[in-house]
Parts: sequence; C-alpha cells; structure tokens
Amino acid sequence: MNRVVTGVALIALFVAGGIGYVGWRANAADNPTTSPLDLGRAGTLLYVDRAGTVRQVSRDRPDQVIGAGPTCHRVYAAAGTLGCLRTTGVPMSGELDVYRDGGLTKTLQVWGDPSRVRVSQDGRFVGWTVFRAGDSYMRQGAFSTTAGMFDVNSGTQYGSLEDFTTSVNGKPYGEPDVNFWGVTFLNDEVFYATMASKGKTWLMRGDFASRRLTSQKENVECPSISPDQKRIVYKFRTGDQWRLHVLDLTTGADHPLAESAHIDDQAAWLDDKTIAYSKNDGEGPAIFTVPADGTGTPQRLLAGSSPAPL
Amino acid sequence: MYLSTMRAGDTARAGTAGQRLRHGRVPGTVVALGIVSFVTDASAEMITAVLPMYLIYGLGLGYLQLGALDGLYTGATALLRLAGGYAADRLNRPKAVAIAGYGVSALTRLGLPVAGGSLAGISTCVAIDRAGKGVRTAPRDAMITLATPAKNLGRAFGVHRALDTAGALLGPLIAFGLLSLLPGDYNAVFMVSFCLGTIGVLVLVFFVRQPHREAARRAATSLKAGVRVALRPGVRSLVVAAALLGLMTVGDMFLYVALQRQADLPTAVLPLLPLGTAGTFMLAAIPLGRFADRFGRWRMFLAAHVLLAGAYLLVAGGIKGWVVAGAVLLLHGLFYAASDGVLMASAGLMVPAELRATGLAVVQTAQALARAVGAVGFGVATAAAGARPAFGAFAVLLVVGVLLIARTRGRS
Repeated sequence: MNRVVTGVALIALFVAGGIGYVGWRANAADNPTTSPLDLGRAGTLLYVDRAGTVRQVSRDRPDQVIGAGPTCHRVYAAAGTLGCLRTTGVPMSGELDVYRDGGLTKTLQVWGDPSRVRVSQDGRFVGWTVFRAGDSYMRQGAFSTTAGMFDVNSGTQYGSLEDFTTSVNGKPYGEPDVNFWGVTFLNDEVFYATMASKGKTWLMRGDFASRRLTSQKENVECPSISPDQKRIVYKFRTGDQWRLHVLDLTTGADHPLAESAHIDDQAAWLDDKTIAYSKNDGEGPAIFTVPADGTGTPQRLLAGSSPAPL
Repeated sequence: MYLSTMRAGDTARAGTAGQRLRHGRVPGTVVALGIVSFVTDASAEMITAVLPMYLIYGLGLGYLQLGALDGLYTGATALLRLAGGYAADRLNRPKAVAIAGYGVSALTRLGLPVAGGSLAGISTCVAIDRAGKGVRTAPRDAMITLATPAKNLGRAFGVHRALDTAGALLGPLIAFGLLSLLPGDYNAVFMVSFCLGTIGVLVLVFFVRQPHREAARRAATSLKAGVRVALRPGVRSLVVAAALLGLMTVGDMFLYVALQRQADLPTAVLPLLPLGTAGTFMLAAIPLGRFADRFGRWRMFLAAHVLLAGAYLLVAGGIKGWVVAGAVLLLHGLFYAASDGVLMASAGLMVPAELRATGLAVVQTAQALARAVGAVGFGVATAAAGARPAFGAFAVLLVVGVLLIARTRGRS
C-alpha cells in the first residue's frame, strides 16, 4: 500500500512539475505589443528573433525594435511583398505565407522544413527552399531539398525547379538525383539557384520564359545577388566546411570574405558593401555582418536569424 | 516435437498465473508495462519530432551536421539489445535492466539543454538515448511473456503495442502543441519530455511487479547457453523466418514516398501518411492479437506478410486516388498489428524462461538487421528498374517466402 502511495505521489509531482514549468514559461513569454511592420521604411532590417517572431529594427539602432510581425522561421521582403516560411503543426511540413501590403494574400503548402526564402527586388516573385532530413524513418543521414517560386502578380506557381529543363556545361542533364536550393532573383526574367547532383553543386542561371536552367560555375551554393546586380555572395564548400565568397558575375573574379567560420545560410546584402548572415554565437543563432570586399572582421549585429534589408 | 513439449510446459506454468486472473483478462503487469511504453514513447517522439528544428532554428546550426548526428548507431543498438537481453537473464532481474534502460533515456532529455550549442554533446545525448532503448526492449518483452498465460500472449502483446503506438502518435502532437504555445522554446519541449520519461520510470518502479520465474540456474544462463537457445530448431526456424521476411520488407519511408507518387497525391500529405499506418496499427493490435491466440500466432505472422505483399501490389499497380492510398495504409497498419507483437508472443513460447530475454533479443535483432539489408536491396532494385517493378518484385518475393516457410514448417 505504501508503495502505491509513494508511486502516485511521485508521479503527481512530475505531472505538476511539467505543467508548472510550461505555465511559467508561458507567463514569461508574454511580450508587450509593438507596432506592426512597416515594409516601406528604408534603412531598416527585418529578422526572425530567437522565439520565431519577425521583428524590424533600424540599421543604426539594432537594439531597438520598431515593429513586429508574423511568426516565421525564415523571412524576406522587398517592395511591399513579404515571404514568410514556417513550419506547421505537422512534422516535416511547411507553409509559405505571402503578405502583400500588410495583408496575407497566399498560403502555399510545402513538404519539408523551412530553409530559404527570397523576394525579387520589385516584389513580384517569391522563391523558397525546404529540406527534409534527420527524420527517424528517412534513409539515415540523407537529406533532400525542393525549391520553387511563386509569381505574386499572376498567381503562377513554379512548384519545383525540377520541372525546368536543365543543362550542365552545355549538355542536357537528366540525372534523377537532382536537388535545388537557394533561389535569388536578378530581375523578372532571370534568377539564380544551386543545383546538386552526384555529389557536385553548380550555380544555375534560370530563365522564366523558356523554363531553362543553365550551369554557370561549379561549387557555388545559396547564391544571393547584390543590389547593383553585378555580384553574388555564396557558400564555397571545402570538405564539410562552407565559407562565404563573393563572385563577380561579369569578370568572374572571386574572393573569400573575412568570416572564416563555417556558415550555413543564404547571406543577404544590406547594401553594396555589406553582407549579413546568421551563425551560432555560442547560445543560439545571431546575425553578423562583414564587408563584401573581403576586408575587415565579422561584427555581431543582434540575436536572431534570417536578415532581410529594406 | 520440441514445440509441443514447450507448449505443455508453458501451459502448466501459466496455470498458476491463470488462477489469479479471470479468464481472458490481460495481467496488470502487462497493462502497467503498456502505460510505461505509452508515456516513454510520447516522450521520445517529442524529441525526434523537434530535434532537426532545434538544431537549425533553435541553435542556428546547419543541416550538414544533421547527417553526422544520424546513422551512426544502428549497429551499436543491435549489439546493446543483445546485451540487455543477456544481462536481464544472467542477473535474473529483467525489471532492473529495463529500469536502467528507461532511466538513462529519460536523463538524456536534461542533457540536451545542458549541451547547448555543442554538436558533440547533442550527439552523445542521442546516442545514450538509443542505447537505453536498445537495452530495455528485450527485458520488457520478456516480462510480458513471463507475466501472461500462454493462451493470452497475443492479446497481451496487442494491448502493449496499442498503448506503445498511441504514445508515439501523441508525442509529436504534444511537441508541436508546446511550440505553438511557446514559439522557439525548445527547452520547454525537453523539460516536458523529461517529466514524461521520468513518469514512465516511476510507473515501472512502483507499479510493475517483476514476474515470478524459478530462480535461474546460473549454469543454464551462460553465454553459451544463450547461443544454444538461438540454435534450437524451434527458435532457429523463427529467427530464419523473421530474417528472411525482413529481407523482403521495404523501408516505411520508401513505401510512403512511392505511394504518394503512384497514387498522385499532393506532396503536402506525405507527412500524414505514416499516421494512417500508426492509427491502424494502434486500433487493430488488440483484436488481431486476440485472433492470433485462437488462429495460431505463427500462421498470423505469415498472414501478416501476405497483407504486406497486398499493399506492395497496390503500390505497384499504380492506380491513382485516395481509395487506393487508404487501402495501402490499412494493409500496412494491419501488417504491423498482425506481426510485431505476434512475433514476440510466438518467440516467447519457444524460449525457456531463464533465457527468455536473450531469445527475444536474438529474434528482434535478426529481424532489424535483415530489414536494414532489405532496405538497401530495395534501393538498388528501385535504381535499376524503377519503383513500381521493385514493389511488384518484393510482393512476389514475400509471397514466395511465406509459402516456403509454411511448407518447411508443415513438414517438421
């Protein structure tokens, strides 16, 4: 009898402990209400804080939050269009929410966890990447990605870049194991992305009109086009390490950035001279900046991820 | 010959247990072990569901590291399962070994927040968690067989597996519910998972009575004896059958991906397909376990693989639509309900009590390793001939395997 009483008492203790902990965290998490996001405000930066809320800060005062928005894992915005990639209540399934002038205009279901999101400079296209990995019933250690695009003006969906015609070094490429990630837009006709197959990666130049993807250069991942549209920042892979490099699209000149740590992010250009990206700062994800010309040292900007300049 | 003597022996022993039970009831020990598995699986699946998200969004580590975290431990878990079974028999204390296994797994939930951004720390926690799972499985299943009269074993395992699967379904719901209440607060998920894991250990400690078993003769519980048990004709044919059919089993995720493509379903439903299998498994485990007790567990185990072959044929047929998808998931869930616990019930009758946990561990390990090999084989077949022909071929192989096993058993 004593045994039963002790057992019940101890179990009750842990039930109460678990509920109490969640209640305490829920109380602590109550945030004061802030202003909505203002996508028209130049010189500001959107990012995702460590609790998953999109926040807006001024570039000069990164410690002062001036607006807050939806809950996302990845965010990007341009010209009044905001793309928010987030997980849903179902494992391995995500959602792309597209906001136009502050209102939700489109929700796309995507199979996989949020990885990258980009909006073209004129706000017309949203490019997204999701990945699937680490799940107990997947083939162990393997992951795959899907990248697609959405045309906000016409409502056209490009569900997967795998539907495009692909060529590598001038020859048609038909291998079935291709994966795509990291879409970035040059303009309304041309975009870039990474294609991986057979252990290699290529920078691909995509054309909307002909639905073609053409290889440009090997070992270029997660490209991001500069505001002057002449360069890309990307991840250069050496073994199991990624380092940020900048490639000049016209001259082909290429140099590494001063950040020498392993970076797994699609970096963003805050302006033509500054790159922002996220990496672990010992506690969690934090946004750092580094000069685009390869000089200087990385500077920590704030705690969070997914930097998106406005 | 051997089988009939074993069955007689088991029935005689079960007589004493049966007197304490009303006819057809599942022993309290089994229900308590089912509750232990229910809360433990909920606790474990909470972590499995959020770990990739935690690494990427919570810590800001990339997905390149996910590969390093996964995939290292399959072989180690198989060995630890054998070690756990052997230790339970050797010490004659299956409950103590099971407590150790459940206990270390629960403690790793506290290790995750302590590890912080250290990938090595997180890998260690995951490895210890899997080690604990490996150690506890065979002693737990042995306790179920020791506590239950032989004629009700199928039903007892049905009750246990139904509760186990219910917990596995509940875990991700709790985890994602917590994360929508507390966005980004992965520590809350770990704490709740730790509390659930600890509750599982407490139920085991306070409410599971270690089934009575004649004090094992030490000499009989040597490593040599364990090997000898595995080589006995009855056990050997079971191990061979489980391994042979395991070789012809397609990995679950392969099935779901192929089903989504062949049935032409939207990709967004893919994460939901495993729930169809698990839900069917949960609901059918008890009725099919009871049915196996009357119909014959061994025949049930073989029939389960015919159901699985049916599921493969439907995928190979490539008929589009939800009806076919529903039928495949139903057959897949029924396959688990008719084979998973039923195999253990069947094995439990063939291994003497003092080597019960070791014997069950051998059967489970053989099946798990064979399935791993089968998954590789299926991958090769798909790459060579495409998914539909590969599913067709595996369906034919399964039926041939079942017929072959049924014939050899009919002769012996």
